[in-house]
Amino acid sequence: MYRTKRRIVRGLQIFALLLVLVYTLFPYYWAFVSSTKQGAALYRSALLPALDFTYYRQLIDNPIFMGSLVNSAYVAVSTTFLSLVIGVSAAYALGRIDFPQRRAMLMIVLMISIFPQVVVLSGLFELINWMGLFNRPSALILTYLLSTVPFTTWILTTFIREFPRELEEAAIIDGCSHFRILTRILLPLMGPSLASTGILAFILAWNEFLFALTFTLTDENRTVPVAIGLIAGTSRFEYPFGQIMAASVTVTLPLIAVVLVFQRRIVAGLTAGAVKG
Amino acid sequence: MASVSLQSVSKNFGTHAVIHAVDLQIEDGEFVVFVGPSGCGKSTLLRIVAGLVAPSNGVVAIGGEDVTEVPASRRGVAFVFQSYALYPHMSVARNIGFALETLGLAKDVVNQKVLAVARMLKVDHLMDRRPRELSGGQRQRVAIGRALVRQPEIFLFDEPLSNLDSDLRMEMRLEIARLHKDVKTTMIYVTHDQSEAMTLADRIVVLNQGRIEQVGTPRELYHAPDNRFVAGFIGSPRMNFMSVSSHMAADGPQIAGAGHLILALDASADETPVAEIGIRPENLRLVDQEEGRIRCILERVEDLGHEHFGYCRISDDTVWVIRLPQAPLPDRIGKPAGLDFPASAVFAFAADGRRILSAGLKDQAGEASLP
Repeated sequence: MYRTKRRIVRGLQIFALLLVLVYTLFPYYWAFVSSTKQGAALYRSALLPALDFTYYRQLIDNPIFMGSLVNSAYVAVSTTFLSLVIGVSAAYALGRIDFPQRRAMLMIVLMISIFPQVVVLSGLFELINWMGLFNRPSALILTYLLSTVPFTTWILTTFIREFPRELEEAAIIDGCSHFRILTRILLPLMGPSLASTGILAFILAWNEFLFALTFTLTDENRTVPVAIGLIAGTSRFEYPFGQIMAASVTVTLPLIAVVLVFQRRIVAGLTAGAVKG
Repeated sequence: MASVSLQSVSKNFGTHAVIHAVDLQIEDGEFVVFVGPSGCGKSTLLRIVAGLVAPSNGVVAIGGEDVTEVPASRRGVAFVFQSYALYPHMSVARNIGFALETLGLAKDVVNQKVLAVARMLKVDHLMDRRPRELSGGQRQRVAIGRALVRQPEIFLFDEPLSNLDSDLRMEMRLEIARLHKDVKTTMIYVTHDQSEAMTLADRIVVLNQGRIEQVGTPRELYHAPDNRFVAGFIGSPRMNFMSVSSHMAADGPQIAGAGHLILALDASADETPVAEIGIRPENLRLVDQEEGRIRCILERVEDLGHEHFGYCRISDDTVWVIRLPQAPLPDRIGKPAGLDFPASAVFAFAADGRRILSAGLKDQAGEASLP
């Protein structure tokens, strides 16, 4: 009786899991299938890939697309690095050092991230122009920090707040400065939360479209999402669907790689757990 | 080695006062235990000595020097934390040597000192392990080693044994006592466990709600408590208390309480009325109801093998514990009985909790003298 019930429940759980997996993975699979089809085959809704990698070869031979991949990597890595550095320093101050305006600071940090991109777009455009960064990848790094720093700061602040106080006091007794506590005690133990916030920042910077479209002008400075959006066919009347799909699959690969690499650290951090020693 | 002196030290967190103007003098080489219920401010006081918490007012002096503004790392103190606070990502060796590393000592000097300390604490075979791979007792030793390696002037312990199981606790207690005998450094030890305090301390400081209730040797606190709080806190099982009323009888002043208790007082008794009396469990004797000074019902007996405790109900809200020389016959349980005691064993307290030394209880040898 209970045995069958348990089996049914188990079966339903697996079914629900498959449903979610299909729902989330199908678009990516469809992009892959489409990217390997040629010409008229694109318009037939066959579910099996044709395994024709012409479009991928074209992409690799396309210097503009490869350049935009490099740009994206540069922008995303720099954004992630900078937002983690700023986030950790800010979070240490906000989470540990007592100063009267702490709450206000935290609220302001949160406020920064509530404005939709479109609202700040024109203002930022002026700012970028004024700083002479228009049509440069660094303009993107600077503007992405606007969205990544608030949430890295918040997540890391929470982590530092929950960090055992005694560990820090032990370090103080051992003669550590704030900087040494941060670099020798906190940072090594923050691996998991750094990894998860880092991934989020990286994904955000890698996928961003609106700022990238607005603040870059020429092909050699574009990031991948914009480059894909602007891929044109050989003639006015051809919609380069296959190429776009191939490019989409290609830009997702680095993300998957990054997530897989960092996920191991996250899991390792979780099982290591027991900060209390 | 150094003395420690606190001069009207107080601490407020916001408007909430945690420590009220504490004055305390700790001699060089002394083992002092801060004891008190949770939330009495004992850990805060220890952190003030360490320099981890800045006092709101007052002066902290170590070795005769005012260190109130000196940072923790320059006070020559070592701290052993309740959670041990070992660095989880470092090996045992690096945990012990981290302070020396921070000082910038040469690697081989650090290694040499770390090894010496590790040998002394018998953790030298664990040097490459991480804290999470150690047992509770081993972690405790590493934590002590980390304190020891810096050759501090003062050792501070914050409930270091409370995370250990009771066997290990006894063992580590002995080791800490031995450590103090060996290094002869001033030690301040915080605990809420009065038996730890009694066994380790040269002097005990009893704290309650941010104030010092009494400072003294374990014997003094046990046999001559200043007030009801100390009397109730020191000793296990704790002292039995009973509210009493004083009045004038035909043959002089007397006090009366539950269980038909009547104690005659000298006419020369102190003017402060006795509000409460206390008697330790070992000073009570179980007798027949007619012979006892207090009538009660023996409700329950706990047989611990080497000792026996009886629970005697005197009134609805008063149950006294009595230490029995041997387990009473089973048919006495649930039956009326009497409690007898020498008048010299009675501690009298005023309504404000102060102990009344000259309560003037009759047929007594005067103030309970120290044996």
